Amino acid sequence: MAGHSNYVPQSAAAKWLESRLPVISLVRGSFVDFPTPKNLNYWWTFGGILFFMLIAQIITGVVLVMHYTPSTGAAFNSVEHIMRDVNFGWMLRYLHANGASMFFIAVYIHIFRGLYYGSYKAPREISWILGVIIFLIMMGTAFMGYVLPWGQMSFWGATVITNLFSAIPLVGEEIRTWLWGGFAVDNPTLNRFFSLHYLLPFMIFGVVILHVWAFHTTGNNNPTGVQPKTKQDTVPFHPYYTIKDLFAIVVFMILFAWFAFYVPNYMGHPDNYIEANPLVTPSHIVPEWYFLPFYAILRAVPDKLGGVAAMFGAIAVLFVLPWLDTSKVRSGTYRPLFKQFFWIFAANAVALGYLGAMPAEGTYVLLARVCTVYYFAHFLIILPMLGFLEKPRPLPASISEAVLKGGAGKPAGATAAPDTK
Amino acid sequence: MSTMIKMVRSFAAVAAVAIATPVFAAGDAPHIERQQWSFSGPFGFYDRGQLQRGFKIYREVCSSCHSLKQVAFRNLASDGGPGFTEEQAKQIASEYTVIDGPNDDGDMYERPGILADKFPSPFPNEEAARASNGGAYPPDFSLLAKARAAHRGFPWFVFDAFTQYQEQGPDYIYALLTGYEEEEVPDGVTIPEGKYFNHSFLAGPAIGMAPPLSEELVEYTDGTPMTVEQYAHDVAAFMMWAAEPHLEERKKIGFRVMIFLIVFAGMLYFTKKKLWRNVEH
Repeated sequence: MAGHSNYVPQSAAAKWLESRLPVISLVRGSFVDFPTPKNLNYWWTFGGILFFMLIAQIITGVVLVMHYTPSTGAAFNSVEHIMRDVNFGWMLRYLHANGASMFFIAVYIHIFRGLYYGSYKAPREISWILGVIIFLIMMGTAFMGYVLPWGQMSFWGATVITNLFSAIPLVGEEIRTWLWGGFAVDNPTLNRFFSLHYLLPFMIFGVVILHVWAFHTTGNNNPTGVQPKTKQDTVPFHPYYTIKDLFAIVVFMILFAWFAFYVPNYMGHPDNYIEANPLVTPSHIVPEWYFLPFYAILRAVPDKLGGVAAMFGAIAVLFVLPWLDTSKVRSGTYRPLFKQFFWIFAANAVALGYLGAMPAEGTYVLLARVCTVYYFAHFLIILPMLGFLEKPRPLPASISEAVLKGGAGKPAGATAAPDTK
Repeated sequence: MSTMIKMVRSFAAVAAVAIATPVFAAGDAPHIERQQWSFSGPFGFYDRGQLQRGFKIYREVCSSCHSLKQVAFRNLASDGGPGFTEEQAKQIASEYTVIDGPNDDGDMYERPGILADKFPSPFPNEEAARASNGGAYPPDFSLLAKARAAHRGFPWFVFDAFTQYQEQGPDYIYALLTGYEEEEVPDGVTIPEGKYFNHSFLAGPAIGMAPPLSEELVEYTDGTPMTVEQYAHDVAAFMMWAAEPHLEERKKIGFRVMIFLIVFAGMLYFTKKKLWRNVEH
């Protein structure tokens, strides 16, 4: 990272600091002078958007904690206290709650961008795996955050998810009791979820640094998938990508503000404005929208343990994706067959999300099973075979050549929005 | 897990309720009409007169069974609320009796309400409320307008994000209050003793609440028609305010935020274009 820095300390103070801790050249090498492919399209701005969202969530969250009370008797009322009596408390809470959804919108686009352009392939396997780890921690953080307002969906969502662990053979029941800190979801559960919800974002922050370190070592992927060859293929990160990322972040903030200020309860469930009641089960327990595809996979399998295994397997398979895709070509732009299967996979993921929101009955179960099988088939059968069956289009000799010929990668990316949201 | 999902029916999901309730075939889920509200849309605001009328209905009718625990008397005079003056709010508070204590002798005592007090509840606890209401629990009013919604289904829920439809709660409350039509009980539907037929009740059609409103039940002195429809609108608006007291401030700030972000984004776009003008990309 620091190796890319052109920085030479001038002042005596800078020389003194650099010779002891080369932090200025580290930052310069990573975010100022860092050579970045010049053909990155707007799908590449979601990394910066995600970093912004992480910081926004941490800041709003830290302030919310100053007014929140983690106790089963007081949590629900303390959230209402924030909404009614704390100065701009309603804004903090709506930004934080909708911020979680925005975070997931951005992360799903970011993941699908990686899938389309083959950003997981050598030499970027570690970046990809660290990304999957961030995704996992994000899911845990979001789940535990949803429990904190102690509404009906908080309580029953926590009950359903923690009950999954009881499916583990032999020790399942004990693990569930250990997670609960008792014999049901109760005050100890709320307290530990609160503690972890505060801890995990900082762990995400740490893994994000490793994630960036890894792809700054290999260099960014780009829409052609061809490694930069000469200086003509890259531009320094600053000002070219700082301004582009900043523009994208502000556009994303418009979407964020739309939800937080105009339809703040659109993403939430009305039942969560009812205080948790262990004696009244909601007729239809649904997780937040970003978990729905995985919830559909969980319920598609008739066996409890099997369902849990399938749900975790759906994420586990992402860890080995770099070795399942046998094609030597990175970018989907040059892979005519892969491109079609990519869109089928994206549509399948959206379908799973829809089915996750429907009751697990009749045709919905059948469809969820078909979609679940297809989800795994995409990774375990289609991707390994495509590498052998597909005849890729010829790759450009360099990024500059692709750019001069009329921007390979840009048109393909231009249609990617609706399905990835 | 499936037993857990289906154990007790509640109010939220029409689809699931329709399946779990045999007397109501799927497809018979109540249709909730959309109403006109002053507080909908990006420039929405509360109609002060409507909130004051709604409060009158709450006070004279609903509050005999329904609590309003999250709302304080001072809120009646807060910005973006019903627009009572502080003096009026003090007067209203003093007309309520609040239990305070213990005093120096260790006794609880009664005193007139003050601005800092929350609205006192009609029943000391849930058990007492159930005992007085044939086993049914009249829910707290504070958040009902956000805690109830009919499922919109695909594709309507997608459009709702763009059209800013967030008034499912008041629409449902209006439909429920005007949904008592005794003569229309469908064949095959039996309403148990002490329950009432309401075609809009999401967990219905039998509801424990007797028809609460009737013509000229509450006296309006400002010439507003004293009909059930008007009462239902007014009390639903009041409940929306009780659930979302900062709605006006939120939409006003939201508009400024939007203008700022759009102008800022435009400036950044042209800055970006200028910076990149010499790079083939």
